[in-house]
Amino acid sequence: MRAHEIYPNGGPRIGVYVCHCGFNIAGKVNVREVVEFAKTLPFVVVAREYKFMCSDPGQEMIREDVREHRLDRVVVAACSPSLHEATFRRALEQAGQNPFFFQMVNIREHVSWVTEDPREATEKAKALVAAAVRRVIFHEPLQRRRVPVKDRVLVVGGGIAGIHAALTLADAGKHVYLVEREPTIGGHMAMFDKTFPTLDCAACILTPKMSQVAAHPNITLWTYSEVIQVEGFVGNFRVRVRRKPRYVIEELCVGCLQCIDACVYKDARFPDEFNLGLGKRKPIYIPFPQATPRVVLIDPETCIWFKTGKCKQTCLEACERAAIDFKQQERIEEIEVGAIILATGFKTFDARRIPEYGYGKYPNVYTALEVERLVNASGPTGGEVRLRDGRIPKRVGIIHCVGSRDERFNRYCSRVCCMYSLKLAHLIKERTGAEVYNFYIDMRTPGKGYEEFYDRLLQEGVHFIRGRVAEVTDWAITPDEEGKLIIRVEDTLVGAVRRIPVDMVVLAVGLEPQPDADEVRRMFNISCSKEGFFLERHPKLAPVSTFTDGIFLAGACQGPKDIPDSVAQAGAAAAEALALIDKGFVELEPNTAYIVEALCSGCKTCIGLCPYNAISFDEARMIAVINEALCKGCGTCVAACPSGAARQHLFEDAQIFQEIEGVLAYV
Amino acid sequence: MSKPKVAFYWCASCGGCEEAVVDLAEEILQVVEAVEIAFWPVALDFKREDVERLADGELVATFINGAIRTSEQAEMAHLLRAKSQILIAFGSCSHTGGVPGLANLYDREEILRYVYEEAPSVINPQRVRPEERIEVDEGMLTLPSFWGAVQTLDQTVEVDYYLPGCPPPVGLIRSALQALLSGNLPPKGSVLAPDVALCAECPRKPTKPERLALKELKRPHQVLIDPETCLLAQGLLCLGPATRSGCGAACITGNMPCTGCLGPTSRVLDGGAKALSAVASILDATGEAEIERILEGIPDPVGLFYRYSLPASLLYRRVGNGERAREGRSS
Amino acid sequence: MSERPVAGDKGFEPRIVAFFCNWCTYTAADLAGTARMAYAPNVRIIRLMCSGRLDPQFVLAAFRHGADGVLIGGCHPGDCHYQEGNYKALRRYLLLKRLLREMGIEEERLRLVWISASEGDRVQKVANEFTETIRRLGPLRLAPRPGMIRLPAAAQPEPQPAAREGVLP
Repeated sequence: MRAHEIYPNGGPRIGVYVCHCGFNIAGKVNVREVVEFAKTLPFVVVAREYKFMCSDPGQEMIREDVREHRLDRVVVAACSPSLHEATFRRALEQAGQNPFFFQMVNIREHVSWVTEDPREATEKAKALVAAAVRRVIFHEPLQRRRVPVKDRVLVVGGGIAGIHAALTLADAGKHVYLVEREPTIGGHMAMFDKTFPTLDCAACILTPKMSQVAAHPNITLWTYSEVIQVEGFVGNFRVRVRRKPRYVIEELCVGCLQCIDACVYKDARFPDEFNLGLGKRKPIYIPFPQATPRVVLIDPETCIWFKTGKCKQTCLEACERAAIDFKQQERIEEIEVGAIILATGFKTFDARRIPEYGYGKYPNVYTALEVERLVNASGPTGGEVRLRDGRIPKRVGIIHCVGSRDERFNRYCSRVCCMYSLKLAHLIKERTGAEVYNFYIDMRTPGKGYEEFYDRLLQEGVHFIRGRVAEVTDWAITPDEEGKLIIRVEDTLVGAVRRIPVDMVVLAVGLEPQPDADEVRRMFNISCSKEGFFLERHPKLAPVSTFTDGIFLAGACQGPKDIPDSVAQAGAAAAEALALIDKGFVELEPNTAYIVEALCSGCKTCIGLCPYNAISFDEARMIAVINEALCKGCGTCVAACPSGAARQHLFEDAQIFQEIEGVLAYV
Repeated sequence: MSKPKVAFYWCASCGGCEEAVVDLAEEILQVVEAVEIAFWPVALDFKREDVERLADGELVATFINGAIRTSEQAEMAHLLRAKSQILIAFGSCSHTGGVPGLANLYDREEILRYVYEEAPSVINPQRVRPEERIEVDEGMLTLPSFWGAVQTLDQTVEVDYYLPGCPPPVGLIRSALQALLSGNLPPKGSVLAPDVALCAECPRKPTKPERLALKELKRPHQVLIDPETCLLAQGLLCLGPATRSGCGAACITGNMPCTGCLGPTSRVLDGGAKALSAVASILDATGEAEIERILEGIPDPVGLFYRYSLPASLLYRRVGNGERAREGRSS
Repeated sequence: MSERPVAGDKGFEPRIVAFFCNWCTYTAADLAGTARMAYAPNVRIIRLMCSGRLDPQFVLAAFRHGADGVLIGGCHPGDCHYQEGNYKALRRYLLLKRLLREMGIEEERLRLVWISASEGDRVQKVANEFTETIRRLGPLRLAPRPGMIRLPAAAQPEPQPAAREGVLP
């Protein structure tokens, strides 16, 4: 391009800034060379380098140049635009320039960090800078769209994270819909007896929060309900929630539980989900005494009326408030919210997947969650640790890292198992006086008071054997081992294979994503990380945000987390949601599609392509029109428009053609 | 005062463009009234020397139809360019390469071999090929050289305006002549046709559904075509959405899909690619196998999307088996 | 105007243009960076908001301007950030491949990959594989195209008409 021919009046004035990012970029890319190269590009008025462009002095450099050199285009070659595009656009704005006269070049994530050879890295950086300079010439001043925001928040999942997020928002005066799939909120924490490392009673700290949720005027609590559809965008989500029938009218039931007593089944005889099948319930039941809402439900799978159509319906007679309704149907609720917090939690690793540990084969092999119920005062044994045959175990082995840090299953550390194993070891020893053995690979106790708790267990005489357990077997080879489970392990500290006979084995199962995490993420249009947990926008700078604006994450759905971390994250997610809806509006990236009306032939190619129905046909003018408020800026209509009448701000054809030529011109 | 001089010339073309001029009917008399035709080899007996004698810029306007394939065509284009104030590429072939441009799917050797040796109508046991220069008793005989590829007029010389179409519709010729005679011309480089796609003037536009999703693609000879309904809605690949208007939807009125002769609108860099994008977008399939099945309905994508524009396209010509693109070019 | 680095004596260095969806493959490429997964420097990434924005003109322009290979990265089927832009990309891609075949261009020079935001390792793998594929195919010997390529009008009708004309190398 010959600058003077194209722009007789001077043309655009471009500033190019190349960031060292400490050694992150400068350690690989010859920044000086890129700057010198940038100076040779058309319309470049200044080109500079700086240690950290994102810092205050770096931004000030841009602002000063914009004023002094009358720059009207800025290119910054630094990290990914997902990190600092907003920063530099703001700097431009502060200097009185339209923020969209800006293009960012990703020479860190896409160059210096992924290229071995410094020469090649420098050439690649130059090519990308050349492309950006050519592109930015074609940028136009744009305005961000302001869209009003719905003042309400949806929280999905009623575990401790969801509860805390909901209460925080509700206390701030915002209306919250809390949707929980199970008949009660409380999540996994409600199943625990004590929490580590302080050994506070889980119920004592959780149940008050649960009742607060039920009583809060700003919280609409829908349990036994699932989100089935999400539409819209940040600030304006339309959500459909399916409320499954519990055959009990929630508004009428006061939780007197007389219906349960009156049930034709005199004894509880069906496996009780809340106690993981360790206890029994009737067809009409309440999951646990502190269930919230305190409303009973009927399980149609076991209720004799639903199964045979014949029953005396004694429960119905027993209910003074006529709350039982065998004809209840599922209901679909439709709500509009400005922000969504996902707190859908985790599931525990299925211990059957490791057959050598004998879960499901030997009755006295338990998962940690089952033992949580056994040690729980309101659990099926009233807090007594008893084996399935009623005996009290004298020797207990706790196997760590079951399904975690294991190439065959999950490579990651589940973060909570060491600590809960210590807690269970303490509780088992306290309740039974048994000898407790922990089989561990590494003890991981990096939390406030955690290492101290480990010390305390060492003092209490709990045994720690370092080594991954090979096998749990009932094959006794000495009389001592008869009738016991033998844990075979290589004790790596002693350097010998050992056989430890025990009465009870506790498997410290790891944390995994919910089995339907993939469907859920699709519904909410977010991503999952490799392990299947929901993916945060940035691990450090946006840990509770997702790539979809207005959708936030809290708790273990984002990755294994203990209670303090889940609560902290829930608070952060609530704050993010609050910041979003409290402002009353959102500013959307102006990358919408638009149609140049005079050029549209009305061929309708674009109309059916829009996933958001943002394009319609104007019958009067016989052309297509785009409703900018509905457009989310994917640009598929633009790519398809056969006559080039549909265009996209920030991704104009001309800009992309320039970028293509640019990256290729200086390979 | 002498009348302004104009010229008409043809290069690689079929003669249809000349017919289009004649299609002006009586109006051609007004043209002849207003201008002096200084060169029109198809209709009047002129020689190259007649052009060479003219001063540079003496011709007010020259209309060249046909693509450029031979050295002679290029020489004439350069000559006429020099003699003309305004050079107009007339018709698809000079505008975007036209049907002769599809020869860019073959290399020079393939074409010569076929035409002089393999074509069913040819008997040539000696495999004689035309020679560019041959010595005979009377002296040296020469032929223009046959280039390796077809190019458009503006790939050969600078062009001021384009009158698109195969051939250009009479209405567009008329308004171009009026603009020329009145001196009321658009910016240089313009295509003298509406910059809106054909659907804008298509009589079947009201019958086009808002959401088009094609499960099957049909070709005109395979179906009975409904004379009222949008052809795309019938599964026929009409290129109207990707083609300039200005023809009055002549083919569609004749119950045939638009094949794209007027070329793309000014916002489009590569008309074929754009048409391809639009067609692919409206297919009703998401699985690879199903998409491939539907695409079987397009046996010849180049012939469909670049019927008139292969030389003007980004790819320009087929990537050959090593033969240089400009082989045989004398200059 | 195009100087190509002579890094060692590797001979032919493929030029590759990659059009990556902002939400998946582009982010995965960021992740590859964060994880320091080095890959062939031949791949030049251009960000689009969605693979559905991919105009076949971009692919042909890349080939015309010297690319030996073009890579398209979108979200896995069913995962498109914009619901189904990736399917439109797939359809255009499959038709484009048929066009390339007819134009004598090896199909392997155009590749569509689905890479989610968490698959940084796949970006590395695909970039390396694709570079090797193109290296094996050798340079794309596209015939030089005479004349100028007139870029289509930018969004603003004025003031830069002439700036839209790029001259071919």
